[in-house]
Amino acid sequence: MNTVTPVATPSIEQIWSWLAEVEDPEIPAISIVDLGIVRDVQWLGSGDAAECLVTITPTYSGCPATAVIARSVVGALTSRGMSHVRLETRIAPPWTTDWMSEDGRRKLHDYGIAPPLGLAATQSIAPSDIGRGVRPAMQAQPSGLACPQCGSTQVRLTSQFGSTPCKALYVCETCKEPFDYFKCH
Amino acid sequence: MIDDKFDYLLRLGDNALVLSQRLTEWVGKGPALEEDMALANTALDLIGQARLWLGYAGEVEGLGRTENQLAFLRDAHDFRNLLLVEQPNGGYADTLVRQYFFDSWHHLLLDELTRSADPRIAGIAEKAIKEVTYHLRRSADLVVRLGDGTDESHRRMQAAVDDLWIYTGEMFQPDAVDEVLEAQGVATDVAALREPWLAQVRHTLAEATLTMPSPEAWMQKGGKQGRHGEHLGFLLAEMQFLQRAYPGAQW
Repeated sequence: MNTVTPVATPSIEQIWSWLAEVEDPEIPAISIVDLGIVRDVQWLGSGDAAECLVTITPTYSGCPATAVIARSVVGALTSRGMSHVRLETRIAPPWTTDWMSEDGRRKLHDYGIAPPLGLAATQSIAPSDIGRGVRPAMQAQPSGLACPQCGSTQVRLTSQFGSTPCKALYVCETCKEPFDYFKCH
Repeated sequence: MIDDKFDYLLRLGDNALVLSQRLTEWVGKGPALEEDMALANTALDLIGQARLWLGYAGEVEGLGRTENQLAFLRDAHDFRNLLLVEQPNGGYADTLVRQYFFDSWHHLLLDELTRSADPRIAGIAEKAIKEVTYHLRRSADLVVRLGDGTDESHRRMQAAVDDLWIYTGEMFQPDAVDEVLEAQGVATDVAALREPWLAQVRHTLAEATLTMPSPEAWMQKGGKQGRHGEHLGFLLAEMQFLQRAYPGAQW
């Protein structure tokens, strides 16, 4: 049997490593730390009254996984013997795929989801275009996008929205397999 | 002052909530699987935004009302959404044109609100605009593809543009609530959004080979002040049924 020796105030590094084991409920291949959902971990106060404050940020406003993630975070820490855990949700600055770790990108790819390419800033609509009345076009295909199954770059967008808001649906023209692309956001 | 900000937040929240409810009416009935998913995803983004706006509205009001109480326990005359978003789904052309008219305005508005003097409003706007950018890219693209599509799709799109045009004027008409909050730097001058909106819509409709109705046409108004058409009550009857029939029911 696995026994946990409760430590009153585990180190911040230790807490981060426990959180790094919490899976994203919709893409279990990747952790919430890899996704950049955990923004901050700190101890408030000291001794027996010390409270651990974990700050998380939702990916998309309507992401239904947010409530599950909050429960998982608290569960992951209390199961290690921590009793005073407080969760705070912060929406500003807004979550961006720029915060996704390299490790997370590799795990996504291995799971069959093409990881986001480029920086989020390139996705916004230029104010100068709006001023000129130009129609916001569908994004150009992210350069370097390759099928996570066979590696071919002959891929085609089927839908800007896939199985979740964070993904777009593509199909590979070489191996004919459909795949998700985690949109740059 | 509190009342003005509460009212303003209800407008932002109710636009997102009511349009989200309309879009979810399509779920399972979309013309193609990808379209069904895109509508559901857009609706999900909007409901998330509605929660943020209404949650903050409840805090500002200070009477302990939660986002859920505001969504499910208000009657039609207490809703502050634009008339445009409560319009029935109609055919797919009607749904898309309604979405494009709203998205293009929503994007301009949120861009201004990212510079609001109220940091909570600026923060929500900054989060929402990232999502709305995708909504706008998609709806603008589909307006062009279907407008400049077959004779039948063109005819349906033109009819939708003509029918919904009358509800677009309200987006740019400031009232006392807008003016009070604009003076505080919290809100933006909606009248100033009109020219960039018209420029973008003119460009997009031209590319779609559709005719833009006159910007000087007579326009409906009243949604922002709680004077709604006959459709909103039916929408709320469905959306609020559970909480009305089983008050306080929880998952």
